[in-house]
Amino acid sequence: MKGMTEIVRTISRLLAGLIFFYGVYIVLFGHLTPGGGFAGGVIISGAFILLIVANGVDDEKIKGEKERAGFLESLGIFLFWIIAIIGLCTGTFFFLNFLGKGRPLNMFSAGTIPLCNIGVGIEVSAALCSIVIAFILVKKGENK
Amino acid sequence: MFIILILLMILMITGAIVAIQSKDLLSAVISMGIVGFGLTLVFLILQAPDLAIVQIVVETLTLIILIAAILKTTMKECKVKKSAVVIYSGIATVVLLIVLLFILGDTFERLPDFGCSTLRMSEYYLEQGLKKTGAANLVASVILDFRAYDTLGEATVLFTAVMGIWAVLRRKGRKK
Repeated sequence: MKGMTEIVRTISRLLAGLIFFYGVYIVLFGHLTPGGGFAGGVIISGAFILLIVANGVDDEKIKGEKERAGFLESLGIFLFWIIAIIGLCTGTFFFLNFLGKGRPLNMFSAGTIPLCNIGVGIEVSAALCSIVIAFILVKKGENK
Repeated sequence: MFIILILLMILMITGAIVAIQSKDLLSAVISMGIVGFGLTLVFLILQAPDLAIVQIVVETLTLIILIAAILKTTMKECKVKKSAVVIYSGIATVVLLIVLLFILGDTFERLPDFGCSTLRMSEYYLEQGLKKTGAANLVASVILDFRAYDTLGEATVLFTAVMGIWAVLRRKGRKK
């Protein structure tokens, strides 16, 4: 896939890091402020998609990225399941909030909710990147 | 506030109609964007910032993907012959509208007032949410603690969708 002009590339390089850290903030503070795993994950994937669309990609490079995105996606949903099953093992039911509640409005509070947010965030961001990579690769296949 | 909501609704409905009717696919996609971003404003006015964030990000991504697809393929809509199908679908639409209005006219009178929910479960969440989960964001406490099954299903649906996309869009087909 070909990239865009020099102006677009420079601007996207400047903005991508900002967008990425905004997404991480939305995920990590999901239990305190509006947002959460899903919204933050989509924003993180937006940063990567911006870089891919603006700079263009090699066919070989993006194959490695595809493997990595698949791995991260599985890791995210695995984390989510593990948290649910630990609740089942230590307590009485699925998705038991087995960690301490902490003080409200604190960064480390609300038990398992921030961990679940992180898992969902990893899963969603990798999944959306994976979908875009799939579309890029299939277009290359047809052009050949 | 109510007037702004109604104006936004009219704008969104106009955008949807333009998206259906326009011959140019690019303007159709942009009018679909009016619907999505109008929905974002509606969520903001109704004080649901969580939904507004998700809506604006997903809408932007969808628009980018659709516009990229249109730029690479075709700008024009496929020509459809106007035949008996159009007449039949028109008649079916009118009949369905009459039936729907007949049923809805009865229902609208029994609806609770705007903004006054009759569900009692939400009151419990509002009162006990912070005490039981410790999360300051009540939406997070509902979707990841009280109703975590739903979120698990949602994440699994996304996972399965990606697997389906990779299965359909693979480069080599199976040899016969």
